[in-house]
Amino acid sequence: MGSENNAKSMSIIVTKGTLDWAYPPFILATTAAAMGLDVTMFFTFYGLTLLKKDLNLKVNPLGNAAMEMPVGGGHMAMPNILAAMPGATALTTAMLKNMTKKKGVASIEELRELAVESDINMIACQMTMDLFEYKRDDMIDGLTIGGAASWVEVATKSDINLYI
Amino acid sequence: MADQLLDAKGLNCPLPILKAKKALKDMATGATLEIHATDPGSVADFQAFCRTTGNELVSHEVADKIYKFVIKHTA
Repeated sequence: MGSENNAKSMSIIVTKGTLDWAYPPFILATTAAAMGLDVTMFFTFYGLTLLKKDLNLKVNPLGNAAMEMPVGGGHMAMPNILAAMPGATALTTAMLKNMTKKKGVASIEELRELAVESDINMIACQMTMDLFEYKRDDMIDGLTIGGAASWVEVATKSDINLYI
Repeated sequence: MADQLLDAKGLNCPLPILKAKKALKDMATGATLEIHATDPGSVADFQAFCRTTGNELVSHEVADKIYKFVIKHTA
């Protein structure tokens, strides 16, 4: 928001772009902004996908033994051999989206919209855009394009710096 | 009775806080916002929100699994 006097500030480096890992940065950023902090998010590598106009986030439990889903009162992790099968990503993604909806958890689209509304400074990493051939037109409006130095400058003045 | 009521029942973290902030922004200084939530985490969170932003948490209570908060817009 930046409207408060002597606002505290927070910066987050966002490096992951799967459906599960998209939550922490957007939840913390929007909450901090709601609590009067000036917030900057620096999107790099896979985090950059979170800035695409068309979000198509997915999650797959392959190699993530901690990803358990509630099943019949208990919890169950998907064996790697099943997680590697065709359709496993679509299945897990649908399950997580369904769970978030049922539990009143915001969608990433909704959180991102709130982030834009709360004037969070979003920086897209120029190098990653070049590397993965993202076009400016693929990304949402209101971004700053910058590099490591842009984040370092913000970070030196921030009360909180996170890497997610 | 508060000046405005925000129904945040069924919403999970951080939506009750985000919606409360959105409502407070458009309210006059001194006006009160009553929030109804079902998220048990909102008890600690609204206290933290008020301590950090300087808005006054006038009251918070729980009845029938519904958490009720009254916040005075002072910041």
